[in-house]
Amino acid sequence: MSGASIGSLHGDSFVAPLEVAYPYSRTVGTALSRFFTSLKEGRLEGTKGSDGRVYFPPAEFDPQTGEQLTEWVTLPETGHVVTWAWQSTPAPDQPLDRPFAWALIALDGADVPLLHAVDAGSIDAMSTGMAVKVRWAAERGNGITDIACFEPVSDVPGGRS
Amino acid sequence: MRDVAIVATAQRPSQIGTQLTSVELILPVVAEAVKNAGIQRQDVGFWCHGSCDYMSGQPFSFVAAVDAIGAWPPIVESHVEGDGALALYEAWVKLQTGECDIAVVFANGKTTSGPIDRILTLQADPYFVTPLWPGFDAMAALQARACLDAGVVTEEQMAEVAVRSRRDAKSNAVAHLKGDYTVDELLSGPYTTAPLRAHDCSVPVDGANAVVLAADDVARRLAKRPAWIRGIDHRIDTQRLGARSLTTSDSTRIAAEKAGVGRDKVDVAEIYAPYTHQELLLRSAMGLDATTTAINPSGGALVANPAMAAGLARFVEAAEAVFAGRADRAVAHSTSGPCLQQNLVCVMEGD
Repeated sequence: MSGASIGSLHGDSFVAPLEVAYPYSRTVGTALSRFFTSLKEGRLEGTKGSDGRVYFPPAEFDPQTGEQLTEWVTLPETGHVVTWAWQSTPAPDQPLDRPFAWALIALDGADVPLLHAVDAGSIDAMSTGMAVKVRWAAERGNGITDIACFEPVSDVPGGRS
Repeated sequence: MRDVAIVATAQRPSQIGTQLTSVELILPVVAEAVKNAGIQRQDVGFWCHGSCDYMSGQPFSFVAAVDAIGAWPPIVESHVEGDGALALYEAWVKLQTGECDIAVVFANGKTTSGPIDRILTLQADPYFVTPLWPGFDAMAALQARACLDAGVVTEEQMAEVAVRSRRDAKSNAVAHLKGDYTVDELLSGPYTTAPLRAHDCSVPVDGANAVVLAADDVARRLAKRPAWIRGIDHRIDTQRLGARSLTTSDSTRIAAEKAGVGRDKVDVAEIYAPYTHQELLLRSAMGLDATTTAINPSGGALVANPAMAAGLARFVEAAEAVFAGRADRAVAHSTSGPCLQQNLVCVMEGD
C-alpha cells in the first residue's frame, strides 16, 4: 500500500480513501526489461524473428511459431509510416494535446512496425510512406512513452535535423 | 458429437443511457428466452454469461448477474469475460460433454455508461499500446487506411455498407440507428478519425440478449425448427497489430474453413463488424458472396452495438432466420479485440 492514511473522522463519519489500483510493482521479464532499459538509455533495440523479420518493439516469442527470440538488433531513430489515422480531437493521456496522427511506423531496418503518434501539425502533412524520426521524451524510464512521439523528416535539403 | 441447436432466443431493444442495472437488463430476456423454449428454469443444466467487468468498473460485477437467473435450487453456471458469443461456445462444449441437455446463454452490455472507446483499449497490448491510449476507433482507422491504400476497399463501398445496414434496420425492432440515406450524403460528412467517418463506426448502445441451447431429442421436442449448430470455431490473431496483415483476417478465414462455411450455400450471414470496412474484410475472409447471401439483414452491429452482447445478438438473429424459414443455412460471426483480433464463426442449419 502507499503511505496514505487509513482514514480520519469527519464529523460523525469515518472517511477512508479508496484507491482502485494494483499497489505493487512487477517484472516485465527478460526481453521487455532489456527493451525498456535500452529505451531509457536512448537506444532502440528490436529482436529478429525466426523468419528473419525484425520486430520493434521486440517480440519475446515469435508470433508465428511461438519460438523464443534471442537475437537483438539495434535500430536507427528514423523510419517510415506504414498506415496512419488522424486524431482530430486528442483524448486524455494520449501522447499529444493537439491534433496528431496515429501511425504504424517501421523503423529503418525493422520489418514489423509499432503503433505510435506522429506530431505532423496538420492532416495535410501526413501520407503513407512518409519519413519520420523519434522524438525522445524529456524524462525517460516510463516504458513506451520514453518515445514522446515521432515527427516528420523534411525532404527539403537542410531540413533534416 | 451430439447434435446441438439453438431452440429459443430473446433480446431487448437497444437503449442509450439506460438507468437499469445489469441484473435488470438481463432478467427479462432470460425469462423470455426460457418461456419461449417452453421450459422451466429448473430444466436448465448449465447457465453461461458473457459480459465485461471493465465496462462496469468493478471486479466480479458479473456475480451479481446470478440474481437474474436465481441460484436456488443450486445451479451450474459460468461467466466469460467477453462477448456472449464466447459464452455460447462454452455452453456448446458443455452440451458436448453430455453433462446436461439444456443450456442458457445470456449477455449484457451497458456500453453507454462509460467511455467505451477508452475502455476497450485495455484489450490492446498492455506494454506497447495501451499506455498510449489510442482508442478502438483510431486502431480501426489504421486498419481502414491500410485497406484503402491496398485497394481492398473504397470509401464508397464502406458507405454502401452503412446505407444498407441502416435501411435493413428499419424492420428490426431492437436496432437503434435506422433510416434511408444515400452514399453521397454519407460521404459528404466530415471525417471523425480519418479515414473513418461517423457512419463507418458502430453506435454504442445498452442491450441484453439470451439464447437457449438444447441437445439431440430435447432440441427436437423444444423447437419446431431448431437451428442446428453444424460447425463452430474460434481463432485468434497475434495482438501485435504490426505483425499481422490488416488487409485480410487470417483468424476469420481459418475459423470459417473449420466451421464449414463454404460447404454449401449460405442464405443469411450475421456478421459482427463494428466498422464498415471490417464487414467487407470479414465477408471476403469467409468467402461470402453478397449476391447470394443476405448480409446482416438485421442491420448488424453497425446500427446497434451493445458491447459484449453484440456477438451473441448475431446468433440470435441468425437462429431466428432459421426458425422462421428465411434461411436453411445461416452463419453467425463474432469478433473481439482491436482490428478483428479474435473471430468466432458458426454455421447453423434448419431441418
